[in-house]
Amino acid sequence: MTGVSGLLPPLGPSRAARRPSSAERTLGNGLTVLAVRRPAVPLVELRLRIPFAGNRPGHRARASLLANSLLLGTAQRSELELVQALQEVGTELAVGSDNDRVLISGSVLRAGLNTGLDLLAEVLTAAAYPARLVAGERKRLRDQLRIARSQPDVVARVARARRVYGKHPYAEVLAADGDVAGLDATALRRVHRQRIQPTGARLVLVGDLSPARTLDAVEAALGGWAPGAAPVSLRPAPTPVPGPLLLVDRPGAVQSCLRLAGSAPMRTDPGYPAMQLANLVFGGYFSSRYVENIREAKGYTYTPRSSIEHRMAGSAFAVDADVSTAVTAPALLETQYELGRMATLPITEAELDSARQYALGNLALSTSTQAGLAATLAGLAGPGLGLDWIADYRRALLSVGVDDVLEQASRFLAPSRLVTVVVGDAAAIREQLGTLAEIA
Amino acid sequence: MARHSLANGLRVVLAPDRSSAVVGVAVYYDVGMRSEPEGRTGFAHLFEHMMFQGSQHVEKMAHMRHVQSSGGTVNGSTRMDYTNYFELLPSNALERALFLEADRMRSPRITAANLTNQISVVKEEIRVNVLNQPYGGFPWLSLPPVLFDTFPNAHNGYGDFVDLDSATVDDATAFFNTYYAPSNAVLVVCGDIDPELTTDLIERHFADIAARPKPSRPCTAEPDLTAPRRSRVTDALAPAPALALGWRVPDPVADLEAYLPYVVAAEVLSEGDASRLEQRLVRRDQLALSQSAYLGLFGDPFDSRDPVTLSMTLHHPATVIADAVLDALDDELRRFAADGLADGELRRVNARIASQLLREADSVLGRTLQFAAYELIYGRAELLTELPGRLAAVTGEQVVAAVATLTPDHRAVVELVPGAARTHSAPRRGR
Repeated sequence: MTGVSGLLPPLGPSRAARRPSSAERTLGNGLTVLAVRRPAVPLVELRLRIPFAGNRPGHRARASLLANSLLLGTAQRSELELVQALQEVGTELAVGSDNDRVLISGSVLRAGLNTGLDLLAEVLTAAAYPARLVAGERKRLRDQLRIARSQPDVVARVARARRVYGKHPYAEVLAADGDVAGLDATALRRVHRQRIQPTGARLVLVGDLSPARTLDAVEAALGGWAPGAAPVSLRPAPTPVPGPLLLVDRPGAVQSCLRLAGSAPMRTDPGYPAMQLANLVFGGYFSSRYVENIREAKGYTYTPRSSIEHRMAGSAFAVDADVSTAVTAPALLETQYELGRMATLPITEAELDSARQYALGNLALSTSTQAGLAATLAGLAGPGLGLDWIADYRRALLSVGVDDVLEQASRFLAPSRLVTVVVGDAAAIREQLGTLAEIA
Repeated sequence: MARHSLANGLRVVLAPDRSSAVVGVAVYYDVGMRSEPEGRTGFAHLFEHMMFQGSQHVEKMAHMRHVQSSGGTVNGSTRMDYTNYFELLPSNALERALFLEADRMRSPRITAANLTNQISVVKEEIRVNVLNQPYGGFPWLSLPPVLFDTFPNAHNGYGDFVDLDSATVDDATAFFNTYYAPSNAVLVVCGDIDPELTTDLIERHFADIAARPKPSRPCTAEPDLTAPRRSRVTDALAPAPALALGWRVPDPVADLEAYLPYVVAAEVLSEGDASRLEQRLVRRDQLALSQSAYLGLFGDPFDSRDPVTLSMTLHHPATVIADAVLDALDDELRRFAADGLADGELRRVNARIASQLLREADSVLGRTLQFAAYELIYGRAELLTELPGRLAAVTGEQVVAAVATLTPDHRAVVELVPGAARTHSAPRRGR
């Protein structure tokens, strides 16, 4: 790898991570509960994933405003009384949403777990949506969305999703202002009744707990949450259709956001481990070709990166780099070059080993805390995966070869398969980009 | 937890914890943005980048590669009073991390090509985080020049492009020789370690680094404001206005007892949905879109020496004028100071603080960094284990007394004027 091999200390014997004890149960109302014991500190991390996909226009707005308004009080408690009761057991719940789900997250002191579960049940079954507070949240959400849309990264994500997903619901990254404006407390209460229900929902608890007793406690607290209709499944996300480069004008921008995207195998696909290693070698970590080229050799950018995003209706491969306006076309050229090299030539064994060790180590490190393990399991909860998947994935990474990586890269990293979006100062970059690509 | 020093002056803290097979390694150098000479703004941060450009036995890119191919992660950051470098690794890679940190403490590769490259990278970092970003650098770059008068405290620590472009290899070499002496650094190893074995490894890798004198610290003392200050910055990319407020608070190192009530006060004021400012400004009055109050420019109350700032940042709609937000804020602070805490308020906030501290303590990397910062700033890594008890012991009277000092007569206010706002009807005063 470098001339240092004689001096670099060898790795010591590695300590195998032990699988934590856990228990899982699907309650009569359809809620699946996973409790994992990791007693490092006297806390319990909590993640509740409620399926919330939808095909109707304005669905993103309903999810966003509902998430922002869920904790505005219950039939029993005002907003202040509710958040104070949560604070009393050391917690604050955060509610977020995306195209697939609503996610409620928090961490609670061990001694307050039962109280925390009771409060969660109260929110799920008796959220009040007071009209005045919902009106305030609606106004605040509209202002926050306006601020979000001023950020170049958000502009780029919105443009890329539209280009990639077309008429699929994943095209709507952010709620539209007009859709938010049309919602009120009555609408939210109706959406809550229809969609905030346990059928298909998954609750992950990680921390200083006894798995079996915790399942009983959850059953006692949430067993009465009434089931509803089966959650909406979205049609599979379309495979992106490459075409002319989409140039989004941000007059005067000092940087251009280069954004490429294509499809990727889902986590349960046998090719996924090799694809993840292809992603790492290309631009998925610092020791990658993309970083070495456009950052450490050429100085075009601070944070070039590639990633794989998993969602229920399909996974996506993405390349992101914010580059100086003057070098927009040269940076795109290097991007295409490195992608093309991945797609047509095998990587080296050293590159493979480095990426594999990083993937294994990163998995171990990121699941070594209660919060990290809870976040990982919450991410896996959508397709119903868990600790077994993590163990299988570790094993699968060990057997990936150079040819497997090339096979995945030729399918998913080939520039001819990727959509390209550039957000920047069109007057300054249109001509130079036109030398490399047809512009829409 | 145990500490010792090597003959060359390097201070070492070992904190074993065998609960998971993970080890954190951190090297903190006692040099930060406040140490930069005039005409060299941003130099401490630029130099942080240079420490990743290879060293005597490690080629460019190889430091990262050796850590990542061992299954670890690596990074660094530059603060007001220190620059840190850290790795989190599977514990079987501990010696690699020690070798890599020692090699660059001994001799980083400061070449013209690397310097030119990293000046470009740093400028892109500033573009992505500040120049191309609405609210970029607000308020950490815009508040200090209003609250402070002396160069170490007031200047732009990210750096002016003119200064960055004029940095030379000689500057960087001199900076390294002065500030990256072993006697000016703290090494912390925390997690799955055998202390005796680790002590031997540290001796093997670091002991032959030549001793150099410990540099003097910059003079950062300056008096508190005696009158309010107010200024405006225009952000061409921002669609809505924002406000930043700053107050001086007691010296945390000289008088931690006087400082801790401000830490709790910031929590009561700002942490979470039940907090005073969230309830008053966001929920009840609906004047602000978001609020935050925190100690330290980067939101860490224990990462810098005096002077430390208590900052508040308030984003508000263009339809609300800045003075309406300030009036409501001042009213809330006055009521707090006059009426004190509500029944149970301190108990609830303490439960929240305890839970947050436990969450941080669950992370080996988090503990590694805190041990190192407390050893460097306070000379006492053991502060990490003492803080939960000391914060819990802060009384309601102390919190109220701290809040009572947050008056308009000695604060700095920066109004962010949105250059990208749509045309609105006439702003209103309050609701």
